[in-house]
Amino acid sequence: MRIKEHPILEFKRTRLVPFTFNGKTLYGYEGEPIIAALHDNGIRVLRASLKLNRPRGLFCAIGHCASCFMVVNGKPNTRVCIEPLREGDIVETQHGKGEFK
Amino acid sequence: MIEKTELLVIGGGPAGLTAALHAGRYGTKTVIVDDAIRPGGQLIKQTHKFFGSRMEYAGTRGFQIAKLLLKELEKLNNVKIYDQTTATGYYEDGVLTCLKGERYFKIKPERVIVATGAFEKTIPFVGNDLPGVYGAGAVQTIMNLYGVVPAKRVLMVGAGNIGLIISYQLLQTGVEVAAIVEGMDKIGGYQVHASKVRRMGIPILTKHTIVEAVGEREVEGAIISKIDENWHPIPGTEKKLDVDTICLAVGLSPTIDILRQAGAKIAYIPELGGDVAIRDEFMETTAKGIYVAGDAAGVEEASSAIIEGAIAGISAAKSLGKSIPDFEKQIAKLREELNNLRAGPFGEKIKLGLKKLKELNQQSK
Ligand SMILES: Cc1cc2nc3c(=O)[nH]c(=O)nc-3n(C[C@H](O)[C@H](O)[C@H](O)COP(=O)(O)OP(=O)(O)OC[C@H]3O[C@@H](n4cnc5c(N)ncnc54)[C@H](O)[C@@H]3O)c2cc1C
Repeated sequence: MRIKEHPILEFKRTRLVPFTFNGKTLYGYEGEPIIAALHDNGIRVLRASLKLNRPRGLFCAIGHCASCFMVVNGKPNTRVCIEPLREGDIVETQHGKGEFK
Repeated sequence: MIEKTELLVIGGGPAGLTAALHAGRYGTKTVIVDDAIRPGGQLIKQTHKFFGSRMEYAGTRGFQIAKLLLKELEKLNNVKIYDQTTATGYYEDGVLTCLKGERYFKIKPERVIVATGAFEKTIPFVGNDLPGVYGAGAVQTIMNLYGVVPAKRVLMVGAGNIGLIISYQLLQTGVEVAAIVEGMDKIGGYQVHASKVRRMGIPILTKHTIVEAVGEREVEGAIISKIDENWHPIPGTEKKLDVDTICLAVGLSPTIDILRQAGAKIAYIPELGGDVAIRDEFMETTAKGIYVAGDAAGVEEASSAIIEGAIAGISAAKSLGKSIPDFEKQIAKLREELNNLRAGPFGEKIKLGLKKLKELNQQSK
């Protein structure tokens, strides 16, 4: 869900563009980090951990902690907290270390 | 091809931007790399008016300070900013590698200022790896930078300034805050921030901690408990809170990977946030020509980050042979400002940490 009104901030929104998450079409604003569009759509589980297959989500949001690694356009280990969203991006849950597709 | 520059500044937060500004003013050819979506560091998501007594920007909102610094930098055409660019490594021959999207490139600078900021700490509790457990700064980023409602109902862990400020900002966005738990017997942050939060009806529970994040795939609740003087949970005092998000505001640690790679001597100084690089009073580390400033040098505030950035910037310019007629005077004035900032009760811890650092630096000579 987006913030509609804020007492101090004004959010300049860009163009709404489609992308897919595990095959399902969703929308987000072009150029915002992929994580923003995912959170807007209520998606918080991003990957499965290496050994125990535990769900993982966002932790630091500044590209430092590796918790948000996903497969984007076939590329694993993409930090979706700082990866800008582009029209038609294919975003997928990452399992373990991930593989190039 | 290897890009050559006189100065490379890693990190475009208040420390890095000010460092580039001060070096750039004396004609230093400077490159700033910053890996965030937009430069400005922590400042770009801060909506509150900043404290910091004598500093010129006190009373200005964080995101506006970032704008002011960037505008000043635009006037210098010997300073370039590469945004969305990560400095990934430092090599023996003084070459740094950088990554911007798919593009990988090398820079060989004569001096480096590391102003990479800090990262959030975590604490152990059952389920602390579940989606929905965030560093508090992450929730603030989602909310204030990207305009997304980050949660429905939050448990905040930690009543320092960050925990208090972000709780208040969550309320401004319409998110409920169930409680703030704090392990110590008193609130760590400033009274003004604590009062604001209390007035909005959020309970601040001191001598309490989180013991479990409840949920299968995501956070669906949190169990908190009272703790005794050894920080052990007291059986029978557990309480379940109905929350979908847990924010950890339990302190920050300096980001020093590049400094480690460069071979700078590192020491553990808890008062400064953990492992920090040993450095002299000009902010130069034991790795020659490599400086550090801001939270990366020791976790403190934006106001001190700005002053440290200035010291590092003019010192680096001076060592490059730039003519700075009033160098000593400038440095003395900046040091005095730092001392003023650290004069209050909140500066005690920092001063203790810096004392340890100074001793280590003398020993390392
Ligand atoms: C909620 C909150 C409230 C605060 N309130 C106040 C306040 O009222 N007053 C005050 O004085 N201070 C306040 N602070 C603290 C202040 O924001 C920080 O101390 C300050 O931003 C530190 O500045 P910095 O430049 O050292 O680091 P940062 O602002 O963290 O900037 C570091 C930058 O470096 C980038 N970076 C890191 N590694 C790399 C790399 N390898 N390659 C490229 N780029 C990299 C990061 O993306 C970031 O943009 C607050 C902080 C928070 C979280």
